[in-house]
Amino acid sequence: MTLWQTIFEALESLNSNKLRSGLTILGIVIGVAAVIAMLAIGQGAQNSITGSISGIGTNLLFIFSGNDQAELRNVRPLTLQDAQALSDPFAAPSIEAVAPIIQSGSIEVVANGEQTRTTLSGITPSYFVVRNFNVAEGDPINDEHLYGRASVALLGTDVADKLFGRHEGLVGETIRVEGQPFRVIGVMEKNGGSSFGSQDDVVLIPMTTARTRIIRRSTDKVDIIFAKAISADVVPQATEEIAQLLRTRHRSAIGADDFSVLSQQDFLQTVQTILGVFTIFLGGIAAISLLVGGIGIMNIMLVSVAERTREIGLRKALGARKRDILIQFLTESSLLSLIGGLVGIILGWLIAFIVGQIATATGNAFTPAVGWDGILLATLTSTAIGLFFGIYPANRAASLQPVEALRYE
Amino acid sequence: MPETVIHAENLTKVYQMGDVEVRALRGLTLDVFRGEVVAIMGPSGSGKSTLMNILGCLDHPTEGSYLLDGEEVAPLRDDQLAEIRNRKVGFIFQSFNLLGRQTALSNVELPLRYAGLTEGRREKARQALISVGLETRINHKPTELSGGQQQRVAVARAIVNNPAIIMADEPTGNLDSKVGQEIMDLLLSLNRERGATLIIVTHDPRVAAQCGRVIRIRDGVVDTEMKE
Repeated sequence: MTLWQTIFEALESLNSNKLRSGLTILGIVIGVAAVIAMLAIGQGAQNSITGSISGIGTNLLFIFSGNDQAELRNVRPLTLQDAQALSDPFAAPSIEAVAPIIQSGSIEVVANGEQTRTTLSGITPSYFVVRNFNVAEGDPINDEHLYGRASVALLGTDVADKLFGRHEGLVGETIRVEGQPFRVIGVMEKNGGSSFGSQDDVVLIPMTTARTRIIRRSTDKVDIIFAKAISADVVPQATEEIAQLLRTRHRSAIGADDFSVLSQQDFLQTVQTILGVFTIFLGGIAAISLLVGGIGIMNIMLVSVAERTREIGLRKALGARKRDILIQFLTESSLLSLIGGLVGIILGWLIAFIVGQIATATGNAFTPAVGWDGILLATLTSTAIGLFFGIYPANRAASLQPVEALRYE
Repeated sequence: MPETVIHAENLTKVYQMGDVEVRALRGLTLDVFRGEVVAIMGPSGSGKSTLMNILGCLDHPTEGSYLLDGEEVAPLRDDQLAEIRNRKVGFIFQSFNLLGRQTALSNVELPLRYAGLTEGRREKARQALISVGLETRINHKPTELSGGQQQRVAVARAIVNNPAIIMADEPTGNLDSKVGQEIMDLLLSLNRERGATLIIVTHDPRVAAQCGRVIRIRDGVVDTEMKE
């Protein structure tokens, strides 16, 4: 018997019981669709997160106070002096620039009769260098603004749009933050969203102004220090230099650090760890679904063998060997399962596509990615399931004695 | 002396039914010659079906020797028996036993496929269908055929491999007497024209009357043999 003939005959047999075949493969369809959809969404999410992290710059380092790896008492905050020490090119040769910032919580900004809530950051001029940010129009905040505690502000494009309905020609306008007037000296370039919130929904003012008039801090405490390594290759050295300097300054040479230095690699690793757990979890669900689907196939194949006992007897009478019957039923069960897998792939892709459309419509641009490896895996797995769960029923059919099978009513 | 195609000697078949041993055949001896038409008759429980199963290589005898077309088949394993059935035995059943999903042609092709034949299979099957007078029904499915036509397809399937013997189990049992007679005429003409050896298991005395020899089985042995 040729392979094609066997496959054709199996398809014919499955086709003669459409409803039953359809219901049988449902388990496999759902299992495979879940895997494909989730893999695609997961991959899409990873691409988008990785993309936005890379967009921040691969040689950027984040320095926070505190350390979630250890329980600490008397955590010293990061200060302006810390930032100053880090910008010493002799103490930290791998660091190009340092930008401390202080941040408000959600704060109300009013202008032009409109009001909006946004985040206010107090920055130093090096902020633009460190974060690779540029102004689209007007001027960045300079040392003069900083030392003069000037009431000037740079707007992110989203804030500008909300307040003025445009993000051009705004230099010279006035906004009020907590009732205090600030002169707009420029608008930032559009940066897009990132995993740390939108970089466009922000108002930047000089740090000195922020400390004395808006956020009001008596100490030199800052919230985050951004540092830029001179290149992506020296990020590990830069991390080490920062750690040593801060340990000395915080007198924590012994015991756990009371600060954390995170690089892009650390963030990427965290994201990948989370996605890895997510994948294992989904894999578990898929495995259960496929197992149930496989048992369904075994069940229906047993019914089919019982129903076709006479046919099996006849085939044996006409000269079919054990092997011929075995192949016939194994082909049926694996084809059944394979079709389930293919339908599942299409359905899963469709689900991922719809999720992508919804994400795009709600403003989180995100493209689900269905990989060939996923498709191949789903196809092979579903065929293997059909083969595995078909063995018992097929063997039962092949072992029937022709005399008894022919007598079967 | 005509050539022996079946030589069965001292065939015994014992079934174990729970605690009870049932002796279906008790040392039955039988010869059939090439080109013969033999009817096997006997009341139910006589061992007639058991004999047919063993002669058709569907079952093993418990004891005894069975030479089919010069080959000893009693000690063969299941898969070897399948091969013998495929090459040397053509089956015709009371209830036709066609595959309902497949055309007449595919049904007739089936034994050729299990024989591993790939080339000329279709043509051979077509010839067999033509020789039973079904040239216009080649691509019909069994549900589109009358009972007599279905049995003709079964006859074509039985002769397509040129077997040494054709085993027919009540071939006219599911047909009315007119159509049944047509099938008998067909079988007898195949016997005359192709020299096919026919073994017909039947209850019907009118069928038996058309056979060259009638063998009556009773209590697992040959009771009487009548020659015309």
